[in-house]
Amino acid sequence: MDTGKKPQEAGLFRASIGPHISSGESVPHIMWTVSAALMPAAGLSIYYFGSRALLILVFSMVSSVAFEALTQKLMGAKITVSDGSALLTGLLLGMNLPASVPFYLPIIGSAVAIIITKQLFGGLGYNIFNPALIGRAFLMASFPRFMTTWLLPRSSLSLARPDAVTGATPLGILKEEGYPKLLSHFANRHDMYVQLLLGHRGGAMGETGIVALLFGAAYLLYKGYITWHIPVTFIATVAVLTAVFGGDPWLAMLSGGLVLGAFFMATDYVTVPQLKRAQVAFGLGCGIITALIRLEGGYPEGVCYAILLMNCFTPLLDRAFKAKKFGEASAKA
Amino acid sequence: MRIASFKGGVHPPDNKKATASLPIVDARLPERVVIPMSMHIGAPAKPVVGVGDAVKKGQKIGEAQGAVSVPVHASISGKVIAVGNFPSPMGADAQAVVIESDGKDAWADDLTGHDDYLSLNPDVLRNIIKEAGIVGMGGATFPSHVKLSPPKEKKIKYAILNGAECEPYLTADARLMEETPSDIIEGLKIIMTILRVTDGFVGIEDNKKAAIKAMTAEAGKVACELVVETYYERDGIQYEVPKGCRMGVKVIPLPVKYPQGSEKQLIKAVTGLEVPPGNLPMDVGAVVQNVATSAAIYQAVRFGRPLIERVLTVTGPGINEPRNLRVRIGTLFEDVISQCGGVNGKAAKVVMGGPMMGVAQASLGVPVIKGTSGIVALSEKEAVNVMDFGPCIRCGRCIDVCPMGLNPSVLGQLIEKGRFEEAKEYGLMDCFECGSCSFVCPSGRPMVQFTKWAKRELAKKKAKAS
Repeated sequence: MDTGKKPQEAGLFRASIGPHISSGESVPHIMWTVSAALMPAAGLSIYYFGSRALLILVFSMVSSVAFEALTQKLMGAKITVSDGSALLTGLLLGMNLPASVPFYLPIIGSAVAIIITKQLFGGLGYNIFNPALIGRAFLMASFPRFMTTWLLPRSSLSLARPDAVTGATPLGILKEEGYPKLLSHFANRHDMYVQLLLGHRGGAMGETGIVALLFGAAYLLYKGYITWHIPVTFIATVAVLTAVFGGDPWLAMLSGGLVLGAFFMATDYVTVPQLKRAQVAFGLGCGIITALIRLEGGYPEGVCYAILLMNCFTPLLDRAFKAKKFGEASAKA
Repeated sequence: MRIASFKGGVHPPDNKKATASLPIVDARLPERVVIPMSMHIGAPAKPVVGVGDAVKKGQKIGEAQGAVSVPVHASISGKVIAVGNFPSPMGADAQAVVIESDGKDAWADDLTGHDDYLSLNPDVLRNIIKEAGIVGMGGATFPSHVKLSPPKEKKIKYAILNGAECEPYLTADARLMEETPSDIIEGLKIIMTILRVTDGFVGIEDNKKAAIKAMTAEAGKVACELVVETYYERDGIQYEVPKGCRMGVKVIPLPVKYPQGSEKQLIKAVTGLEVPPGNLPMDVGAVVQNVATSAAIYQAVRFGRPLIERVLTVTGPGINEPRNLRVRIGTLFEDVISQCGGVNGKAAKVVMGGPMMGVAQASLGVPVIKGTSGIVALSEKEAVNVMDFGPCIRCGRCIDVCPMGLNPSVLGQLIEKGRFEEAKEYGLMDCFECGSCSFVCPSGRPMVQFTKWAKRELAKKKAKAS
């Protein structure tokens, strides 16, 4: 029946079960906000590593979105790229790559992240592992040379693939040559901390700009999009364990991908526990594994693997720390 | 003063401004009323009048069926023109008596009140309340006399009135507290007399300053009054209130937070006690009644008037002139709304009750019932479209806000997959469907619908098994 009238003009209204109003929060809004919070760090990486960095980020984001749309189309599912989650995965993956990688690497990484890690597991909400980190781990295993060739900031700003001006990451130097050697690259210890904070070091392009990352993280904390539970526990555990084993806790906190990982990847709703107490346990686990890999393992850095390993424990942690039901305490009393 | 609240809850925009300062106005006498036989939880009443019968205001037209049931009364005087199934605001069509007004609005002759109501035997008082058809007027519509009849082994210590009115948009209870606080407090005294309780409480959300002021002033008078010394025997036990024992009523301002007006959350805020899962308020010694119910109890006991009218808020962006109206039970929504300037083009969804827990109406040809606390016409902009929901992203917002400490995220996912028994293990039955989870859900997941569905499927299964 089409009378050209709106249903309400005919005295008919929409009926459904309540609540009939909502807070207005939405998945796209969350995803776009987190992406926006990464913009200062992404901007800084472009400043440090030039147009290559920009292109790698763009390749990573565009291919992630494209792979999501393609997979959903092939599987006959509703295409949901506008929710911003694939774009965020692409952005995070790009920020996890060294600026010197060939341009096809972000595309391969995106394919692994989106098609295998996310869509084949059921799409948004159902993936067990952080897609961007699986993408990074896959590239690390498949292209170890590309993935461990670090550009030094402001050393090569052209589009051409550089091969001369590379250098190890602070954690790499620490692992191979020891703390005094690392310190000798800086004027003094204080200078080292400041340089690390500002991102004057080799590393994945998105992880070096600690100041910018913290700025974005502070915004997300303020907006309540993330809480302190995982990042603070994660970072504090790494610092404490490093100090206990005689290392430099400040160096531990400011180097590698710890800040990027703790605030932006270990807080991914889908792959971490839901309850706050379980999140503290998750952060603790991430911190312990990271510290173990850094101090005792074969790799200089362990944030990526620590988060992925803890992703496996998410269902267990969710089960171990159940929500406290109203009235349960008084029922026992 | 104790201002303890509960864990969780949400802060929807309260949108009460449009009607908060508008006095309650008597609605126009309806020309015709449709009075459903089921306006309460429990067995529907059975019609005791037939087509053609002349009835008077307050006359019983439906008899209670069993213990958990209440009678139904004519809300206008006139002639019964139909007895049959008519649309009900609760969903499916329900049996109703239709009365056409004779315009006289004459009371039935046999209604008698009691001056000395506080000296009546509790059983007499309970019977008056039952016969007056009084049910929970906050929306739950549970028969009040049943709540006021705890088994003798349950010692009741707290009589609590619920004046929280935590649903957005509604101001009916607030206006009632502001305008007729004495009816409410007298009703509470009757409740306290029935329960042999000396401590009465009224919980009111802190955003209703005028109501708190009026109720506090009225409650202050109670402290000076002696409980009439009464002794009586029930089930072989001698009940007594010692001579000189004073009744006291305290008004407790509550933090503004939805669902503060939920029974268990209100008890927690007022007494600090948590009702354990699966238990009833009386298990912690508390009985809660809505403030409007209390006023109705006073009207019934003091003047012999059954529950035939109630105050409701007609509001929302879809209503041209929002108002607080005193409306006869059985008046059709369209009749009520026409006295508020009608609906405008903005109205997309019309809800009976508040926008959080209210029942959406497909049409306005349904009657006001005893639990109709408001008629809210929501705009397209604010009305949720449940067809759009997405997958759970496990953000945990629902866990943070659940006032019962449940995990709605897991519950929703289990129910979505038809795993109802497991949902039960995760506390499905503790959910009272406040909708806070859905309110904050960024994926717009219809958690209350899931919950209702699962509870129904489990009930069906249980019925089949037995």
